Amino acid sequence: MKVAVIQFPGSNCDLDVFHVLRNVLGVEVDLVWHRSFEAEDCDAAVLPGGFSYGDYLRAGIIAAHSPAMRHVKEMAKQGKPIIGICNGFQILIESGLLPGALLRNQGMMFICKWVKLKVETENNPFTKATAKGTILDMPIAHAEGRYVNEPEGLRQLHENDQVVFTYTNTQGNLTEEGNPNGSMDCIAGICNLERNVLGLMPHPERASESILSPFSDNDGLQILRAFTEM
Amino acid sequence: MDTTATIKVNLTPEERKEAYRRLGRDPNETELGMIDIMWSEHCSYKSSREVLRQLPKSGRRVVVGPGYDSGVVDIGDGDVIAFKIESHNHPSAIEPYNGAATGIGGIIRDILCMNCRPIGLLDSLRFGNLDSGHSRWLFHNVVKGIADYGNCTGIPTVAGEVEFDDSFETNCLVNVACFGFGKARDLTLGRMDRPDDVIILAGGATGRDGIHGVTFASRVISEESESDRPAVQIGDPFTKKLVIEATLEALKTGKVRGVKDLGGGGLTCALSEMSSKGGTGVEIDLEEIHVREQGMTPYELLLSESQERMLFTVVPEGQEEISRVFQKWGLPFSTIGRVTGTGRLVARHHGRPVVDIPPRLLTHSPLARRTARKSKKAQDKGATSRYRAPKDLTSILYRILSNPNIASKEVVYRQYDHEVGARTVLKPGDADAAVLRMISSDKAVAIKVDCNSSYCHLDPYHGHAVAVAEAARNVVATGAQPIAITDCCNFGNPENPEVYWQFREAIRGITYMLKGLRIPCVGGNVSFYNEDQKTGRAIKPTTMIVMLGLIEKLSLVTNMSLKKVGESIVVVGRTLPELGGSQYHRIMNVKGGSPPRAVVSREKAATRTVIEAIRKGYVTAAHDCSKGGLAISLAEMAIKGGLGLTVDLKTIPRSPTMRFDEILFSESSARFIVSTSRVQTTKLLSLARKNGTPAARIGEVSRSGYAITSETKRLIECPVELMQDAWRRAIPQAMEMT
Repeated sequence: MKVAVIQFPGSNCDLDVFHVLRNVLGVEVDLVWHRSFEAEDCDAAVLPGGFSYGDYLRAGIIAAHSPAMRHVKEMAKQGKPIIGICNGFQILIESGLLPGALLRNQGMMFICKWVKLKVETENNPFTKATAKGTILDMPIAHAEGRYVNEPEGLRQLHENDQVVFTYTNTQGNLTEEGNPNGSMDCIAGICNLERNVLGLMPHPERASESILSPFSDNDGLQILRAFTEM
Repeated sequence: MDTTATIKVNLTPEERKEAYRRLGRDPNETELGMIDIMWSEHCSYKSSREVLRQLPKSGRRVVVGPGYDSGVVDIGDGDVIAFKIESHNHPSAIEPYNGAATGIGGIIRDILCMNCRPIGLLDSLRFGNLDSGHSRWLFHNVVKGIADYGNCTGIPTVAGEVEFDDSFETNCLVNVACFGFGKARDLTLGRMDRPDDVIILAGGATGRDGIHGVTFASRVISEESESDRPAVQIGDPFTKKLVIEATLEALKTGKVRGVKDLGGGGLTCALSEMSSKGGTGVEIDLEEIHVREQGMTPYELLLSESQERMLFTVVPEGQEEISRVFQKWGLPFSTIGRVTGTGRLVARHHGRPVVDIPPRLLTHSPLARRTARKSKKAQDKGATSRYRAPKDLTSILYRILSNPNIASKEVVYRQYDHEVGARTVLKPGDADAAVLRMISSDKAVAIKVDCNSSYCHLDPYHGHAVAVAEAARNVVATGAQPIAITDCCNFGNPENPEVYWQFREAIRGITYMLKGLRIPCVGGNVSFYNEDQKTGRAIKPTTMIVMLGLIEKLSLVTNMSLKKVGESIVVVGRTLPELGGSQYHRIMNVKGGSPPRAVVSREKAATRTVIEAIRKGYVTAAHDCSKGGLAISLAEMAIKGGLGLTVDLKTIPRSPTMRFDEILFSESSARFIVSTSRVQTTKLLSLARKNGTPAARIGEVSRSGYAITSETKRLIECPVELMQDAWRRAIPQAMEMT
């Protein structure tokens, strides 16, 4: 398994996810500059967080139209695993690999905080080892993470079991208080119909070592591990 | 338009004479503009450098001391930390969003210059009281400017502090610090040592923005300052991120000999400082500079303070390799000249020589002789009116907790990405300082910026000595050994003898405490002229102290939250009747009084006790006891831990004649509160005895409820949830956000 972490100008969580994949999980991983990225060179790809192209126009949209994303789409078609974190999720949405839209947070502010995430399905390779209903600790850090979709789109997401993570309160209930950015149905992460492309706003790479967690856990690691074992 | 014919020069007649004498002729308009910038207070430190000389600058960990873009200290294993703080007060007072944003931009480049990767930002802010609409506007936009810029660059904003006080109504303070991680063997310095090296200017295109920003910063704010808005630069954090990555990659090639950022004074400052340090000269062709606007004059090109620019000197054969790096990152660059051995700074414009001046003339301004006089007011400040002790101490506690100076700053730090970089172990709000781990080893650094403007106003000497001591205690409380500081002085107009006296006292106080604690100062920044012309009012003197601490093992990292019911609560250090400048006096509307005094021997004994106790594993939570006194420090530890406590004041080490309100709210220095298991309490107390500091067990952690008594007399009783509510909601409410 060889993973590529794709660097766009303005990516800034590239080194963090690279660190976790290489030093914590011990997988073979390359940091690849977007211009040199080719689908054949790797078995899986990470679109890291950050502010690709300064988030100019709209978060993720310029990167979505880069040649690198043509390769990512190619990989997705071949069934290779792709994970987009934060800005990477925004890029996946803007490139049409995942449905819906991510708008400015309710409250209009950037929010950096640890949240509770509920695993809504085990029916995908990313969470197959994490029981449905499990509550995970993970931090968010974004200004544009409010997930929205049309009623029909939303219905299909649920019907096809594509909602992977939701924001929740400590008891596992989807409440306004547990929903930091106003996302519809508290959605924090979704996958595609084929279940090999995952996008999420929270940062599993920042929750992969207990020393960095206020709860001394490493809940993000199981998601990244499952991703590298697909 | 020929702007050179209309330049305004702020040089005094004596300085003009001196310039003429050193140059041997009249400088032309461009040269005059360059001298004007470089001899401004901001660039030359002409009022401050003689005074700053007394600060201790050496120590076994100092790798690079003052005089370069940032100070660098050794943290062992060949690893170094570079750190620096700078003020962006004047631009932020006029245009808070961009003023604050570009303040971060500048400080990041200072770290980058040393070939260190920036890994953390801190910001220290002062505004007027939040009941003023103007202050709310400044506060909101400064924080947003820092957030938008810092978040985009991928450097976490990990710590800071904010105070609200009337004296900052017009002149807010925006001080931003950055620190970076690097290897000692890879360090670069902003010097030009070798003739024939190629000079490359990379990054943002040069435009007319920010011209004379420095002169603007060397003046008091007046009604005309609104028209100074064009002197505020515009930030571009996306380009900054590219500059960071491209610079680090360029430095990796080994082909770069020196780097310097372009900040205040633009190209003039960078070229003259680099060549002056190396004893060399430069020759540049101004038309080669990549520009954003057409028709810029040599004067504008040399003085523009456009953001996101770096100057590189590159070995002649390395030019192509470096070009490739900049091309990869899509960073515009231009080769503008070369280093010479002539000892002159020569600039040509389309072949025509426009500047020919020794760099040393620019970098070595004449000193400004200032006089100092202790003000009558300062002498009177010791006096305080007598007031009755209030009956209801619980409501006093609520009022202090919900004072914006004490209240939770969560609304600020939630807007900052404080996690990016995967290093942040103790996050904003967790402890007295931020703690970042070094990924390649088991070490961590603790960092904090601190100053109490109210103390400094009442007594600049003790106030600033206490600022150093408090910053040291802040890092100690996380398990760190303090190893170095950098500072940022903010004062009024130094031409006013009373302001200059405050400045001299401040530096004397800082020096006393640094020498006593054996902590070197590796750099700093001075901002004068923080004064409102309309009212003639200067800000309260405020020198921010950035303290860096080293934690040898990650297992020693300690935060402030109470952990376990039944554990002992121990106070270390003696409580004295020192309420001048305290938060209690503020809400009681009492003026004057003696602020806490800093005494080296007490600080040493208290900090040594806490460090040793943490190393021995006795301590489960530690918190410095300062602003708001004992009552507030205890409240914060309870709130953070979600637990209660019971404390009896009877055993607290203190002066004998103190009232309960004084014991609870005195802000005496050299104190900590720690929690420890029952079994280890006696060991902790005997450790304190050995180190010569008073200490006592004053109570224990309970399941819920905050209760303070004196023997059988109940003094304060309240639920922790209500305290937390008051503490968390105060600032959002003041900002009308809830």
